[in-house]
Amino acid sequence: MPKPDSLQGSLDLLVLKILSRRPGLHGYAIMSAIQDMSDEILRAEEGSLYPALHRMEEAGWIGAKWIVKETGRRARIYELTAAGRRQLDREEERWRAVTAAVNRVLRMA
Amino acid sequence: MSLWSRIANVFGGDGWSREIDEELESHLAEAAEHGRDPAEARRAFGSRLRRREESRDVRLIPWLDSLRADAVFGWRQLKKKKVTSAAAILSLGLAIGASTSAFRLIDALLLRPLPVANAERLYGLSRHVTLPDGKPASFDGWAYPSFRQMRAAVKGQAELIAVSYAERVDVTYRTDLEMEKAHLQYVSGWMFGAFGLRPALGRLFTENDDLKPGAHPYAAISYDYWKRRFGADPNAIGRKFRLGSKELFAGPSAGDNVYEIVGVAPRPFTGTEPGTVTDIFLPTMMHPGAVHDDWSWMRTLASLNPGIAVEPIRAKLDATSHAFEENRMKGLVGWSKQDIAKFLAQKVMLDPAAAGASGLQADYRRGLAALGVLVGLVLLIACANVANLMTAQAAARAREMALRISIGAGRWRLVQLVLVESAVLGFLAAAAGALFAWWSAPFVVSRINPPDNPARLALPADWRVLGFGLALTLGVSLLFGLAPALRASGIKPMTTLRGGSDPRSRRRLTHTLIAVQVAFCFLVLFVAGLFVATFDRLSHRPTGFSAERVLTLDTVAQRPEPPAFWDQVAEHLRTLPGVEKVGLARWALLGGGSWNNWVSVNGAAPNGVLAFFLSVSPGWAEAMKIPFIGGRDFRPVDTYPGVAIVNETFAKEFFHGEDPVGKSFDMVIFQGKRIPCEVVGVVRDAVYRDIHDPIVPQAYFPFASAGAKGELQPVDQGTFVVRTRSANPLALASILRREIPRARPEFRVRNIRTQAELVEAQTIRERLLAMLALFFAAVALLLAGIGLYGVLDYSVVERRREIGIRMAIGAQAGDIARRIAFEAFAMVAVGALAGLAVGMASVRYVQTLLYQVNPTDPGMLVWPWLTILAATVLAALPAIFRAVRIDPAAMLRAE
Repeated sequence: MPKPDSLQGSLDLLVLKILSRRPGLHGYAIMSAIQDMSDEILRAEEGSLYPALHRMEEAGWIGAKWIVKETGRRARIYELTAAGRRQLDREEERWRAVTAAVNRVLRMA
Repeated sequence: MSLWSRIANVFGGDGWSREIDEELESHLAEAAEHGRDPAEARRAFGSRLRRREESRDVRLIPWLDSLRADAVFGWRQLKKKKVTSAAAILSLGLAIGASTSAFRLIDALLLRPLPVANAERLYGLSRHVTLPDGKPASFDGWAYPSFRQMRAAVKGQAELIAVSYAERVDVTYRTDLEMEKAHLQYVSGWMFGAFGLRPALGRLFTENDDLKPGAHPYAAISYDYWKRRFGADPNAIGRKFRLGSKELFAGPSAGDNVYEIVGVAPRPFTGTEPGTVTDIFLPTMMHPGAVHDDWSWMRTLASLNPGIAVEPIRAKLDATSHAFEENRMKGLVGWSKQDIAKFLAQKVMLDPAAAGASGLQADYRRGLAALGVLVGLVLLIACANVANLMTAQAAARAREMALRISIGAGRWRLVQLVLVESAVLGFLAAAAGALFAWWSAPFVVSRINPPDNPARLALPADWRVLGFGLALTLGVSLLFGLAPALRASGIKPMTTLRGGSDPRSRRRLTHTLIAVQVAFCFLVLFVAGLFVATFDRLSHRPTGFSAERVLTLDTVAQRPEPPAFWDQVAEHLRTLPGVEKVGLARWALLGGGSWNNWVSVNGAAPNGVLAFFLSVSPGWAEAMKIPFIGGRDFRPVDTYPGVAIVNETFAKEFFHGEDPVGKSFDMVIFQGKRIPCEVVGVVRDAVYRDIHDPIVPQAYFPFASAGAKGELQPVDQGTFVVRTRSANPLALASILRREIPRARPEFRVRNIRTQAELVEAQTIRERLLAMLALFFAAVALLLAGIGLYGVLDYSVVERRREIGIRMAIGAQAGDIARRIAFEAFAMVAVGALAGLAVGMASVRYVQTLLYQVNPTDPGMLVWPWLTILAATVLAALPAIFRAVRIDPAAMLRAE
């Protein structure tokens, strides 16, 4: 299983991407989505997910609101903002550049 | 996140923490729902406290931390330069304090809404006319019958409320020997209801308490009076008091004049006149003027119903008032058609009266506004000083700033740094200013009215004042901090670190600021000069009598007594040791009393000039030292009507300068009746009621008056004028107070004042304005001087290399001194010219506050010039000395 650190730097990208596809997820759902979509390979630790969510909220990339679920419990759900959408484009661009560079290195070496 | 929620986080972080907790809780529940072991899920989470802290920090820490660091840094910067910082804080504190003080006064007198339910829908009625000389004038007094008609006319759309001018009267609770003063206001019975006021105790009036003249001997008292006079004793309800015989005429209430206290008004309500705290409220029907259609003794307030427009109401009131006056004029004889038309050409106006209506407002509105502007200018001068100081400091710290930028500080960070420093300075100054304002506002209020009857103004330090202080502090911090902050952020690290920054643009800024300071300073000095000259002219205006060593004793009798009894008292006073002369008059000159009418000579129609009258005894003119220039004084057998003594202006106005002695005139009273009088004497002019007025035509009548059959009329009040032998006439006051009832037990002294006090009371506003303006002028001059000194001195320090080189290549000390002096005087000259222009433009706003002062008089313009010039020389000398003492050799070696 990958270490928590392995997500460092790409956690933002994953969260933004997931929220762009499925707006209105709460923290647990985001965590599960990362796990499911990566076929259980990637795991966002609870301990880093929430500070990251709050940080991105503070940066204005995502917005949050409280809803009451059908179970009657309150949950805090997140959505991408316009700034978040731009940030996602940048992050994706960067990720592509980095992976392409890493791939090149792997090929050359 | 908004700035506000950030601040809320700092102070109320709990809410945010709870939110994070709840979110984490919901996460754990979700996990359990999906079949995860709760313990495992919790473990995976790690320390919840740490998660919470982390999330919280994300939001707060960076900003807060930087703010705190900046504040600490700013404080250290201030501490590093203790003297300059202290000077900046004190001068700014003084200015902020004075501004806050001025705001407190203006707010309390003019802005603060009355504590009533409908203050924002309250209007005051006044009549506006154009005087024969083309000047507009207004009058807010109304006769009750007119009020009654107007009230009926707007019924259902607005409620009219009658409130009398607050007056200071005598009341007695037990015997006449224990007479005390109270402020009294007659008010409509429905006033309390219309204002939504509920009694603190007992009951307040209703419409039923104000129906029939003289039929409602009930009183409501203010909370303040209840506490002060009765120690908040509930048994005050039901107490009875007698109203002293203040009224000149016997009105419907002249029975025994006894009133019963029925209730206490709510605490915040102190009457409708800011400046006076009303003690006792009586129903308007108890006022003797309630039935007279030619007594204007009350104001009219209108409380408009919600949604009612002002103009239609005004038009209705105007029409009603006009019809009333027209009807009243019908019975008038002796007035020409034009005079009547002129009199009727008055327009009723409705002005917002949310803050109530009082004479103090009318007297001080302009004066306070002028002072407010002066204070504002002083504040701006102080700001300019601090801005210059900060700019100089910022320049000294340019390297530090450049370094900060080159190691990655954002420019906004630097702006924040300098602004936070400014705010630290601003708030320290505000603390000093708060102390000053706390002391100075009540001090000024206590100086407003004569010492025996000071103005009372509620000056609460509530959110309005605090809000103003806070806004002011932030405002000035921005004002003096923004320019240096933007300069700091605009630093180019490369040039600065290389050491070659260009000081010229900064010098332009400081020089502009100095010029602005001088302009403001000139303006403050100029206006202060006008006020001082006004006070000087007024207080040196000849009164026509000698006030020295004169006491005036306002005396009342329990019931009207024959003139012989009054003479008896005067005779008795003359026998007392220390008494030089005694006279008797209906009231003292400048004491506030007034009686006027038209005059006709040889049966001609009155010429429209009012003459003023006063009843005096034989010997009164001598006691006042008003010299005779013709004819004789009254004799004890003279009675009114019949004979008169007139002043020079009277002779000039009505007898065209001929000697009037032996000639006759008629006093034309309102219904066209004529009272013939023969002139027996002429005296020199003396001021009558108001020292600001030009000398009016005056006629003196005998104190004793005879009825239709020659029987002498009893009199219930008069003023003994006693010229004493001692330099301090008040030393005799208590003896005289005792001796009068001893001469005749029916008589009692109501009030003792020196005539000098009455004269001084005339110029209280002018003295206050002059005193405060002079104080601000001194502060402005001091601040501007310090500012100039600082800037010049700094510029010499900064340019010592340049000066050194100049000297080394042969410049003489004189050249250097000239250069520095030129720099200083150029700034000052530009500023003073600008100040002169603004001063000339602003003169018309203070014109009404001036007395026989011509603002364009060279003397008025030269003194600010000279003062500023002297201050400039003083401020420039140290810099010049420092410059010429620079040793070129040492300087160049140091480089």
